[in-house]
Amino acid sequence: MGKGVAITGMGIISAIGEDVAENYRSLISGQIGISKISQIETVHKNEIMVGEVSLTNSELEERLGLPKNSWSRTSLLGVIAAKEAVAQAGISDINKERTGLISGTTVGGMDKSEQYFYEYFENNDAWHHINGLHAGDSTQKIARNLGLEESFATTISTACSSAANAIMLGARMIKSGQLDRVVVGGADCLSKFTINGFKTLMILSDTYNTPFDENRKGLNLGEAAAYLVLESDSLVEKEGKEVLGYVKGYGNANDAFHQTASSDYGDGAVLAMEKALKVAGLTPEAIDYVNAHGTATPNNDLSEGRAMLRIFEGKVPKFSSTKAFTGHTLATAGAVEAVYSVLALQNDTIYPNLNFKTPMKEFELVPETELRKEQLNVILSNSFGFGGNCTTLLFSKKA
Amino acid sequence: MKAVYINSVGSVSAQKTFNNEDFLEEIVTYNDTTIRVIEPDYKAYITPAAARRMAKGIKMSTVSAKTAMEEAGVENIDAIIVGTGLGCIGDSEKFVSAIIDNKEQFLTPTRFIQSSHNTVSGQIALGVGCKGYNFTYVHSAISFESSLLDALMQIRNKEATNILVGGVDELVDHHVDTHRLIDHIKHKPVDSSQLLQSNSKGCVMAEGAHFFVLSGQKQSSTYGELVAITTYNTLSKSVLSEKVSQFLGQNGLTPEELDLAIFGNNGDIDFDSYYELLGKGIFKNTPQAYYKHLSGEFDTASGFGFWLAAKILKSQTVPTAVKLNQLEVSRPKTILLYNQYRGENHSLVLLRRC
Repeated sequence: MGKGVAITGMGIISAIGEDVAENYRSLISGQIGISKISQIETVHKNEIMVGEVSLTNSELEERLGLPKNSWSRTSLLGVIAAKEAVAQAGISDINKERTGLISGTTVGGMDKSEQYFYEYFENNDAWHHINGLHAGDSTQKIARNLGLEESFATTISTACSSAANAIMLGARMIKSGQLDRVVVGGADCLSKFTINGFKTLMILSDTYNTPFDENRKGLNLGEAAAYLVLESDSLVEKEGKEVLGYVKGYGNANDAFHQTASSDYGDGAVLAMEKALKVAGLTPEAIDYVNAHGTATPNNDLSEGRAMLRIFEGKVPKFSSTKAFTGHTLATAGAVEAVYSVLALQNDTIYPNLNFKTPMKEFELVPETELRKEQLNVILSNSFGFGGNCTTLLFSKKA
Repeated sequence: MKAVYINSVGSVSAQKTFNNEDFLEEIVTYNDTTIRVIEPDYKAYITPAAARRMAKGIKMSTVSAKTAMEEAGVENIDAIIVGTGLGCIGDSEKFVSAIIDNKEQFLTPTRFIQSSHNTVSGQIALGVGCKGYNFTYVHSAISFESSLLDALMQIRNKEATNILVGGVDELVDHHVDTHRLIDHIKHKPVDSSQLLQSNSKGCVMAEGAHFFVLSGQKQSSTYGELVAITTYNTLSKSVLSEKVSQFLGQNGLTPEELDLAIFGNNGDIDFDSYYELLGKGIFKNTPQAYYKHLSGEFDTASGFGFWLAAKILKSQTVPTAVKLNQLEVSRPKTILLYNQYRGENHSLVLLRRC
C-alpha cells in the first residue's frame, strides 16, 4: 500500500524546448514560449497569444524521416516525445516485456481534418488524412513508430486531464500486474478548432497569461507532447535501471457541477487530491510543492485556489503554475507537468509562477514567483478538464 | 480473484433493443450502406428543453445508461467509464464547417463544448450527481473494451463496487462521405441478411449506445460474469489462433470447451478473413454467432456484441438471426467475443454464466 511506480524515462517537446534538457533550461532561466501565432492562419492572430512549438510540420517530418504532409501535427509531436522517453529508459527491444502505450489527446488529427474538410471531395491529395481524425490514430502511429506490437495501446480523452489520466491508468496497470512497462503521456497540437472553441468560451487572454493573479484575463493555448516510461519494480531491479522518480499517488474525481466550469469551491479537485493522498498513504503535510493546474482563467484559479485551501487546511505549500511558460497544452498538460515535476524533484527546484503581481481578492494565496532551490520529496500536480474531470498525481523522490 | 458481474444492460441500436424485455424476437433488416438507430421515445427519458440542445450521442447514451441503472436498481454508481471512437462528432463537424463557412466569426460555444470526447461521461455524471471516477476512452475499435478492462480492474482491486460502463458513437454525414472515399464504407447498399456475402470492400456504418452496470456483487438481475479482456494494437493472422488459445488457456478453457464464439464480422472482404481463420480453424467445432448485420459497424459496435453475449447468458437462448454456423448450444455457459477493425485493435472478451 502506498508504494510508488518507477519512472525510468521522459520525453517532451513544447513551446519552451524540443527535449527534456531544453525544457528544463527554459524553466530555470525564465525563457517563456508564449508568442503570437505563426503556424496557423487565423483571423484571431492579433487577439491571442499561444505556446507554439517553434518547428514547422516540415521540420518535424524531416526529423522523423517522413515525406511532407504525412501526418497530423499531433502525431508528429507525439512520436518525437515518446521516442525520447523510450530512449532515456534505455529500452532496446520494446516487445521484450509486456509493454503498453497509453496516450491522451483532445484534438487528435483535427488540424488536418479542418484543413481538408471540403477539399477531400475535390481531389485525393489528402485522403491519407481522412482516417487520421479519430483520436486513437495518433496513438496507433506512436505505437508503430516505437515498434510496439501485439500489445495494449489505448487513448484517453478527458479534456485537459487526459494525459494525467493516462499516467494514472499506466500506474494502476503496473501495480495490478497487467503490464511490466508502459509509455504514458499525451499529445495535442494547436488547431483552428480549439482556438475558435476557446474563443467562443471567452477564456483566451490577449496577452501573456498570469496564473493566480487578481487581474488574470484567461489562458494562452499551447501545444506539446510529453511521455514518461513507467516500469515495474521487478523490471527495474532485473535491469538495474536508474529511477528518475515515482508516481506515488493518483486520484480521479468528477466535479459534477457544470460541463465547462469548475465548482466555486473545487469539490472535484478536493476529492481528486484526497484520493491521491490516500493512494500514496500520505498526509497533506508531506507535500513540498504543488504544480498547480493554474490555467489563468478566472474560474479555474479561484476554484483551484479554494480547493488547495480546503485540502491543506489553510496551510498551502509552495505552489506555482508553469502555464505562463508553455501555455495550456490541453490534453498534454498533465504529462508536461509530470515531466516538470520529476525535473523539480531531481534538481530540488521550484519553478516561478511568472507574470504574477496581485493576489486574488478572494484569498491571500501567493504563488512562488522566483526560482527556488529547496529539498523536494513529494510534489502534487493537478489537471482539471471540461466535463468535470479532475485528476491529481503525486510524484516522489523515493518509492 | 473477485468476480465481476454484469448486473444490467441498456441498448439503443439499429434493432429494437431499448426495452430490456425484448431479445431480438423481431429483426429489422436494412438495405443500405449506413444505418441509423431505432430511436426510443426520448421524451420518456429527457425533458424536451434539454433534448433540443443535446447531441444525438448524449441522447442515446442517456436512454441506454438510464435503462442500465434502473435495471441494476442503483441510483448512483462509484464510477462512470465511457468508450467512444469519435465522441459527439456531429457537433465537431458542425463546428468545423461553421469555422470555415463563417471565416471564424459568429460562432457559439455549444457545439464546441459537446465536441469534447468526454461530453457523454461528463453529462451522465452531472445527471446522476456522480463525483466518482470518470474516464473516457477514445481508441477506435477498443474504446469500449478499454472501458471494460478499467472497470474489471477496479472491481477486482475493490476500488469500486458498481460501475457504469458504456460505449457510444453517432453516425454523421461528413464522416460517412469522407470514409466512403477511402473505401472504409461500402459504396453500394447491401441487404443486411446477406452482409457476409457482400464481396465488397468496407463496412455498413451505423451508430449506437450500450451501457452496463458492472458490479462486485451478484443480484437477481445479474446476466453473467465478465471473466477477462485483452486487447492488441496489432495482431497478424499467423499468431491469431495461438493468441486466442493462450487467452482461453489463461482462463482455464480450451477452444473445444468454449460454448459460443461471437465474431465481429462486418462484411468487409479485406478483413473478415481474421474471423474465418478462427471459424474454420480452432473454432470449427464450436457454435459461432455474429451481430454486425444487425447493429452495423461503428467504433463501439462491440458494445452490441457484449449486450448480445449478456442476453444469451441470461436467457440461455441464441437467437436464430445471429447464428453463424449450424452447431447448436443448449446451455451456453462460456462465450468469447472476438473483434477487430481493419486488421487493427483486436479484442478478446470472455463471459461466463453464473
